[in-house]
Amino acid sequence: MASRYLLHSSTFRLALIYMALFGASVLLLLGFIYWSTAAYLTQQTDQTIEAEIADLAERYRMTGLAGLTTLISERLSRKPAGSAIYLLVNKSLDPLLGNLNRWPRGAQVQDGWVDFQLEGPGADNADTHPARARVFRIKGGYLLLVGSDIHDLEHTKQRIIITLAWGLAITFVLGGLGGAMMSRTTVRRIESINQASREIISGDLTRRIPTRNTGDDFDVLADNLNAMLDRIGLLMEDVRRVSDNIAHDLRTPLARLRNRLEELHLQTSGTGANSEGIEQAVSEADRLLNTFNALLRIARIEAQHGGESFTAVAMDDLVRDVAELYEPLMEEKRQALAMQLHRNVHVSGDRDLLFQAIANLLDNATKYTPAGGNIQIDLARENGKGRLAIADSGPGIPEAAHEKVFQRFFRLEQSRTTPGNGLGMSLVAAVVTLHRMSIRLEDNRPGLRVVIEFPVCESAAAPLR
Amino acid sequence: MNILVIEDDSDTANYLIKGLRESGHAVDHAADGKEGLYLAMEEHHEVMVIDRMLPGIDGLSIIRTLRASGNRTPVLILSALGEVDDRVHGLRAGGDDYLVKPFAYSELLARLEALLRRGTAASAETVLRVADLEMDLLSRTVRRAGQALDLQPREFRLLEYLMRHAGQVVTRTMLLESVWDYHFDPQTNVIDVHISRLRSKIDKGFEPSLLRTVRGAGYSLGTRG
Repeated sequence: MASRYLLHSSTFRLALIYMALFGASVLLLLGFIYWSTAAYLTQQTDQTIEAEIADLAERYRMTGLAGLTTLISERLSRKPAGSAIYLLVNKSLDPLLGNLNRWPRGAQVQDGWVDFQLEGPGADNADTHPARARVFRIKGGYLLLVGSDIHDLEHTKQRIIITLAWGLAITFVLGGLGGAMMSRTTVRRIESINQASREIISGDLTRRIPTRNTGDDFDVLADNLNAMLDRIGLLMEDVRRVSDNIAHDLRTPLARLRNRLEELHLQTSGTGANSEGIEQAVSEADRLLNTFNALLRIARIEAQHGGESFTAVAMDDLVRDVAELYEPLMEEKRQALAMQLHRNVHVSGDRDLLFQAIANLLDNATKYTPAGGNIQIDLARENGKGRLAIADSGPGIPEAAHEKVFQRFFRLEQSRTTPGNGLGMSLVAAVVTLHRMSIRLEDNRPGLRVVIEFPVCESAAAPLR
Repeated sequence: MNILVIEDDSDTANYLIKGLRESGHAVDHAADGKEGLYLAMEEHHEVMVIDRMLPGIDGLSIIRTLRASGNRTPVLILSALGEVDDRVHGLRAGGDDYLVKPFAYSELLARLEALLRRGTAASAETVLRVADLEMDLLSRTVRRAGQALDLQPREFRLLEYLMRHAGQVVTRTMLLESVWDYHFDPQTNVIDVHISRLRSKIDKGFEPSLLRTVRGAGYSLGTRG
């Protein structure tokens, strides 16, 4: 399966959209987790600081500044490597006691929470730690700062962010892979339906869409399509039966009528006036029968889908045979025939039907080309395709009617007077479709050019009849 | 001539029998496959007309059975089907000619006579003669009253077919099938033009005219009429 197809599949697009939505929700969820964790950690630090402050305040209330300084000294000596920060300064911010050697830069000189950068012992700016503290004003102009080094906290927060980011990335990767796998399965099943449809369109009406017998929605779809095809097949069978009935019910009495007339003609032969009238009636009946036969023949060809009667047909020989058949007719009308036939162009097909189709085209060409005109037949081979072009110097066909000429009984206004039943081109179209060829009309300036393109059959050695 | 007709449709059968008897042939008739096969095996006929669709045993099985038992009587298959595949099947089963219903009686008669002639004509002939028209199949030359005629290959084959069936009516479809070897319906009467061309070569300046058109049926080569 082409990956291009996978990318274009609606399932894959759906998977992408779903992945984006899912990713956004995961992002939101992780964001919330981070936010609440960070808030909790910060709150923990603040609570520790507040508890410390409560302790110090208690001591200060009971024993005054002296007691406070004793306690701070005690705390400082008890855990020198701890994360707690104490600093007592006087009015002019000179440090009196504590583990900071000066009032931190940027910290406000009033009651409240402050965040600042703690400078390490090595005065190196790179070695700063974030810190959080609370400032108190004490009687006598003293300021007390109690806080904590929150480097570890920040570090933890960062770790959480990284972990969550990885989680998000993994979610996306897994989601993408899952989506691709899911759409691949779907695409494969849709493709199998498409494949079957294409074969059915090209004429194999007995083909059915495969099911997996799992009863899933694809099976239900396939079952429904198959039921539809069965129904269509039944209807087509009906149509065929009806046309066969027409053949039997109308052609047979018509043929009988024709034969009675012929009998009558034989009995009255030589008795003058009547004889000629009967003869005309016979040829009238013949024309009617021919129209009927042509109509039924088209229906039969349309209902076929290639097969048994197909052999490797040498198109150049076939075209030459048709041309040879029509050559005296063209000579009679003084039409010049020019042929350029590429040799060894073979096609898999029904020899008689192809002959019929090309004969119909050449028949039209001689019929509509005025005396002294030109007819050109080209058979070429390009890029593995064969191309047959039959061009004439007649009046041509207006472009608006190019498609209509293939309809049954369609005749151009100006050709109503020429003999014909309006079925010749329909038959050509039926034969062309049966052989999976394409046909188009072009302006030959002046005249008409009919171009038939067809797949070339390579095996020239295929059995010939 | 002794002809066996195996046909279940009574209209077609009666009409066929009446026509054939009027044309001076003796006709046996069977209305189903079993009886038909019995008559075909027991009695001698010069040609048989067998419908494809028959109650009992179908037409193609009758032909296969006959051929398997060594019976070589020429058979004309009648069929309501009319596609190339069917024709191929019919001829493969051992039929000698194939005609699609409904048919013109003249077409059937012309084909039956062609089949009868095929049974009797010696195929080893090297020179064909009709009146003062002479065709040498080995040197591929044609003379009329001793005078050489210049024919193109297709005209030669056309004339050969007509000479092999001299005195019989030959229809346009028979010519298309035998001389051109294609089964198809020409829209215009292209065959007429080929015939008139041939006529101008073999009849122009000679008496009597040999190639004549039989109205509503086809052509005939010969002196009578």
